[in-house]
Formats: sequence, structure tokens, C-alpha cells
Amino acid sequence: MKILVCISKAPDTTTKIAFTDGDTKFNEAGVQFIVNPYDEWYALVRGLELKESLGGSVTTVTVGGAENDPIIRKALAIGADDAVRIDTEANDAFLVAKEIANYASDKGYDLILCGKETINYNGGQVAGLIAEFLDYPFVSQATKIDIDGSNVTLECDVQGGSAALQCSLPMVLSAAKGMAEQRIPNMRGIMAARSKKLEVVSPSGEAATSEVIGYSLPDAKSECKYIDPENAGELIELLHNEAKVI
Amino acid sequence: MSVIVYTDINNGEVVKASLEAVYYASKIASEKGGECIAVVCGEIDNSKLEALGNYGANKVVHNANNTTDNGQKAKLVQSIANANGASLVIFSHDFAGKAIAPRVAARMNAGIVSGAVELPQFNNGLVVKKSVFSGKAFASYKVNSEVAVISLLPNSIDIETSGASASVESDSTDLGDSRITVSELKTKGNGDKIDLTEAELVVSAGRGLKGPENWGMIEELAELLGAATACSRPVADIGWRPHHEHVGQTGIAIRPNLYIAAGISGAIQHLAGVNGSKVIVVINTDPEAPFFKAADYGIVGDAFEVVPKLVEAAKNFKA
Repeated sequence: MKILVCISKAPDTTTKIAFTDGDTKFNEAGVQFIVNPYDEWYALVRGLELKESLGGSVTTVTVGGAENDPIIRKALAIGADDAVRIDTEANDAFLVAKEIANYASDKGYDLILCGKETINYNGGQVAGLIAEFLDYPFVSQATKIDIDGSNVTLECDVQGGSAALQCSLPMVLSAAKGMAEQRIPNMRGIMAARSKKLEVVSPSGEAATSEVIGYSLPDAKSECKYIDPENAGELIELLHNEAKVI
Repeated sequence: MSVIVYTDINNGEVVKASLEAVYYASKIASEKGGECIAVVCGEIDNSKLEALGNYGANKVVHNANNTTDNGQKAKLVQSIANANGASLVIFSHDFAGKAIAPRVAARMNAGIVSGAVELPQFNNGLVVKKSVFSGKAFASYKVNSEVAVISLLPNSIDIETSGASASVESDSTDLGDSRITVSELKTKGNGDKIDLTEAELVVSAGRGLKGPENWGMIEELAELLGAATACSRPVADIGWRPHHEHVGQTGIAIRPNLYIAAGISGAIQHLAGVNGSKVIVVINTDPEAPFFKAADYGIVGDAFEVVPKLVEAAKNFKA
């Protein structure tokens, strides 16, 4: 089983969001970057579990510059066998997916796992784009995958509930909550990660299809209106007459 | 310029998020002086397709293939977009859109902006604003490709209905073989409960409720208001409530008109999943709970005393 897991960096979930350069760039000053949680907790860990039960290898792939290396080492410490970094700026989902698809096209991966979205751009497009570029079947927002020979069974979130599915390899999935439990790297993993292979490859030179031209923050929330807990029932009236939501 | 909108159906009904997408597409089409063409895949009554005219569709192209393979649906959307010379394809950023939209973008060499929160601007190419950083900010994306795919964040725009009817055209494009088979569809919880992702009103609770046996009052309040129930991450993680109720950064993000949170402190990760709500009510014993900063209405008090009072008031309100 040859498994590829797509890993992206994201600001820590407690980061205060601010912008620089006339609100055209995310302010990275003092920001702690982590492996995007959906990529790490769900896609990577499930990939490792499948490798542990079926044999094979888990490779991670990241599109971006050397500033990504610390989070790639973290993925290696958790247990990935080796890593690839495609050395180009990752600011467009189309470009990222095309670069990954171009890299993966002749490597014979059986399964390509992505997180369902990054917590900074919330696009959720890379997995589906890779699937189409490689002409593989795609399961979006998968919460479960089991592989028995060539028989792949999955569960995924759908409108109003969940679906149990069957699919064949090779395939691409985007992983949602439920797929696996977070793993904390141990000291042995951290030591071993230092000597694992992190291959830096040149991009195939795909062009971006979109660019961010500006950021903005939501309007400040108006003051909270407090209601006396003794007369909590007043709230229902306020929601009806003032907020007009019921 | 025609605008194509993928319109998802579930159990023979058009899903609410897709009605928003149809309306959004029709607004763009009328600005550009083109037609709004809805693409529907799967079996559904013709009357429900004609009714999409009410939301702004001029024409509905319907393929009755009941496939669940997003690859086949992407093929259908592309074929109809090409047949109509469309350079803009709209989806809802819901379960179906997340599965199909990227495949369409790849097939059409299109830039894709997912989670748009307002209509695109056309005075400097195509620029569209989307939600980023889990609802904590917005980014304006300029799309530089000839064809663009936009998916609309559910509950971001207000829709108006017109009473018009759409013409329905039957399509028989060969979609090839399905590579995905659905063996079972499970609806969550009991069938008559309101689906959290489509709910306009949500009542949510957290660790402050002390145990799963205390959720009765939350469910009662939700039922009286016609609301869905939700919960915070710790509560889902320890198994008090099912995972599909977990809202927050790593659960699901919701944007209801009303979000009532009892016994939830409002960690930044929870806020990320609910800060798109139009009105937020926070009930917490701790006046310093961070959630009050994001609240429109606050009650500093014990959920065990406050929620029963709300239940009483909701009963009187209904009567």
C-alpha cells in the first residue's frame, strides 16, 4: 500500500488574525505554525494506521518554501516514512493541486489523503482537484476508510446524515472528524524524524488561477445586552420583537 | 453570458443551500445580461424543477441519472456549461458542492473561490469575497482564468422569490461508469429533527450542563423554538452528545439566524464555528466567559435555572 498524505501549514488555532502591507498579507509576526489539524489528526494518522495493518509506506507532500520544513518534520515525527516538498509558493488551490498531481502521476500511489480543508483558507478544494487531474475516484469529507484487498469501504458526511460507500483503488479522499484520533509524537519519533528523507523537488511551473488582493476583518460586534437571570424569559420577547429572529 | 448553477437534491427535494446558490447565480446572470441555467442530477418531480424559476432560474437542465459519483456529476456540469458557452459556474459550499466543484474547476481549467459571502464584482476582472481563517476574516480573491467556479457559503445572502417558472430541458449526456457505490444512507438521529447545517435557529450546550442526562431541557427549548441542537467539542469528545452535533473549528461551521449557547465558555475554536450566526445568546455562570464578547444577548446565570425559564417563556410565546 503506497500512501500519499498532503500536508499544509496553518496558524495555530489560537492565533490572533491581523494583516499587513495595506491589508494584503497575513501578519505572520509571532505566529506559531502547526500542521493543518485536518491533515494531521485525520489524514496522516489514518494513513499511518492503514500502513501499520496492511504494510507499505506513507509519504507526505507539501507545496511551499523552506518555512514549511518544521511542520513537515512534525509529520515525520508522528510516523510518516519520508516527505516531499514541492518548492513553490502555495497561494492558489488550483496550482497546489496541479503540482501535487503532476508529482504523483507516475509514482503509483494507491491512496491519496488530504484534510477536508485548511483552517486558514477554508477552501477544501485541493483533494477534489487532485482527484480530477489524476482521474481518480474521490470521496469528500470521509469519516472512515477500511481496505480489504481491492475492496475499499468508506463512510462520509452528506446532506442530512452520512453515507456508506464502496470504491476502488487508486483513489483520493478528504478526511473529516471521526477518521482517526490525534497522535502525539514521542521522543523516539522526534529523533528519528531528523534523519528521515525530506526531498525538495522543483515545481512543474503551473500558473496560479487566482490571487488574494485584500483582506478584511468582520465588523465589530455591538455591545452585549445583559438580561437579568431572574427574568430570563424576557429574552424570548427580545428575540421576537427586537432581534426579530423568532 | 450564461451562468450555470449546480442544484443539489436530497430525497426528491432541492436542498435549501442550493436555492440560495440559484438565486445568487440569477443575480449575476441578470447583471451580465445572460441566462441562469440550473443543472439537476437525479430523479425529482418536474414541478419542483419548474419552481426553481421562483428563485431566478430561467432554464433547468435535468439529467435523471441517480449517480452518487461526483466525477460523473462534474462531467455533467461541464458538458452543460460548454454547451451554453458559460464561463461562470456556481455551487453551494455544502457537502455536494465541496465534492463536485473542485472536479469541475479541474476539468474547465478554472480558478475556484469557495465559501463566497457576497456577489462578485466585475469592475476589475472577477473579484469575490470569501470567508477565511474559519470565519475570523474575509479575503477578496481575483480570479485570472477564463472560466471561474464560485461556491457560496450557505446562509450568506437573503433570497427573494419572484413567482416565476423555469423551463425544464431533459438531458441524456452519457456520464460513463460510476466508480462509487453507496451501500447505505443514514440520516442522523431521529428523522423529524432539524438538520443542523440547514437550521435557522440552533440551541447548543456544553460542559456547563454537567452530564448527558441534563440535555432534556435543551432539547425541549429547541423543539419549542423549532431549532436544531448542537454542542461544544469537549461534550462530543466525552460522548455526551453525538459527533455530528459538534460545532466549532474542527466540527462543523454553522451560520444560523439565532445561536443560543448554554454552559459554553466560548473558546476561540468554538467561536470559529459559530461566529457567522446573526444573533448570539450566551448563558454562562462566569461573567468573564469569553463568549460574552461575541454575544448579542447575555445572561449571567446558571443554565439549570435560566433554561427552564426560557422553556416557560417559549411555551407562553407559542400560546
